[in-house]
Parts: sequence; C-alpha cells; structure tokens
Amino acid sequence: MINNDKLIIGGKEFDSRFILGSGKYSMKLIEAAVKDAGAEIITLAVRRANTKEQENILDYIPEGVTLLPNTSGARTAQEAVRIARLARELGCGNFVKVEIMRDSKYLLPDNQETIKATEILAAEGFVVMPYMYPDLNAARDMANAGAATIMPLASPIGSNKGLATREFIQILIDEIDLPIIVDAGIGRPSQACEAMEMGAAAIMANTALATAGDLPMMAAAFRQAIEAGRRAYLSGLGRVLTRGASASDPLTGFLRD
Amino acid sequence: MVKVNGIELDIAGKTLSEYLAETDYDLKRIAVERNGEIVFKAEYESTVLEEGDNLEVVSFVGGG
Repeated sequence: MINNDKLIIGGKEFDSRFILGSGKYSMKLIEAAVKDAGAEIITLAVRRANTKEQENILDYIPEGVTLLPNTSGARTAQEAVRIARLARELGCGNFVKVEIMRDSKYLLPDNQETIKATEILAAEGFVVMPYMYPDLNAARDMANAGAATIMPLASPIGSNKGLATREFIQILIDEIDLPIIVDAGIGRPSQACEAMEMGAAAIMANTALATAGDLPMMAAAFRQAIEAGRRAYLSGLGRVLTRGASASDPLTGFLRD
Repeated sequence: MVKVNGIELDIAGKTLSEYLAETDYDLKRIAVERNGEIVFKAEYESTVLEEGDNLEVVSFVGGG
C-alpha cells in the first residue's frame, strides 16, 4: 500500500491494485488468497444454481471485498446484459466485468459486442469494466459508452504467457483517460510488475495463481510485484541509453599516478 | 411443463414461491429469470408459473 495513491473505480476508492480471480481453485483457499493478495476486488461468475451444492462462494469471501461479477458465457451484448442484470439481482453491488466471446478456441473478446453491452449497462447505472482486445478505437468507443475502466488482455486467457500485447496496452495507457487494468494472460509476478511500470492502473490475475504450486504464496508475490511496479511508475523510470555506457562511479581520483 | 435450468418439471400452476419452497435452493443466494426477464424477490409470491415458462435460477461461482 502506498499512501494516498488510490485506485478509483465507479467513485469507490481502493488501496490495492490487484484484482483477484476466484476460478479454478478451492473455495477454502479464497480467504487466504484474498488476504495474501491484499485484494479488495474479487471476480465471480454467474452460473445455473445447483440445489445439491450447499456451499456458496460468497460464504468464503471476507467482508468488505468488492465483488466484480463477470458476464462469462455471453456470446452477444444481449446475453451479457442479461447476465449482468442477474448478477445485480444477486444483491452484491453494481460492478460488472463485461466479457463477451464468440470464439471458444482462443477465447478472444468481441470488442464490438462489448461496446454495445457497455453502453446499455452504463445507462442502467452499472459500473462497467469491459474486458477487451487492446485496440485504441474500440477502447475510445467503450470510454464514450460509459466504461469505468478498460481491461485489455495481455495474452490469451489462462495462457500465463505475459505481455504479448505490450505495445498496444501502452497506447491505451497513454491515450485513454480511464484506469487501464491489464487482464488475462499475466502469468508471473515479473509480468505484472512490468505492466505496472508501464502505467497500468491495476492487474487482474486468476490462472497464474490457480495453477501455481502454492496459491497464497503466489498471491503474496503478485502483491509485492504490483506494488513494486506501481512505485517504479510513480517514481519515474530511469532513462535508457541508445548506445554506449555511462559510469556510475566518479571519473576522477583514481588510485594511480 | 416448465423448464427450470434446462430441465422440464411439472410445476405449472404453482407460484414461484411454492416451487422454490420445495427445493433446497438457498433463497438468499439465487436470482431468478423467467422467460428472459428477472423476477424480483418481492414478486416470487405473485408469480404463477405457466405452461411453457422457461426459468433460469442462478448463483455466483468462482470465476475470472
């Protein structure tokens, strides 16, 4: 946590810049993951309820954590809107991560449908956080449609491949006046740190933790990396020489002659 | 017949409250959609299920 450096989304202030996914791991690990990640926002999905399953994920999420339901499973704007409304009816606030995919092989988001859903949901009072393929024109349309943040992918969902879209995310950071939250594909703390050094507002990770050897320990590693990257960004990175070298030591007073 | 989460059930004529009372859904943790429209909790008692209705009963699960 860095003093007075707040992430503001939909008028809500957050100290943490680590958004935690809750998929693909045991509910029993969620509390430890939230604690070790220092996360204040956690994503959830909406699915058909199972009557036989008595456990509910909400029982495992510590109080005070903001829930961010996603619209996974939606293939069109209309389906995403339906899921978002159901999520709000579940009674846990009005944040929503719009996630629309037509393609089940690469799981790439459909930016056009996402723009449409963003417009409808923002008009209904949702805090809309669209997950998108990092394209400047689409991001501008989402911003104009009322998005609260933009969530570009780093590489395909669940791939842990890191910042494959680095240059395009940098363009969004430079040009879009909304928090840019890097979502999907971040596999290691070092990649999260790099995105934060670039000026990303936050990092969302799920698979990197769910597939790690020790989930809570990896959550802590991500937390530290995200904080380190944020501090580096705020401090202003040192310059890079195009060629040659520059001594760090004094060039006088050598112990000779 | 009424379809609930894709399964046909012989519950036409019952109210939504009556149907849900027969199940072990945790009412605090679900949301219900009928023919594509949300049924708000205050409407459960007055909602009479009709032949051919399509219900979706959903809850939160882990996800990214």
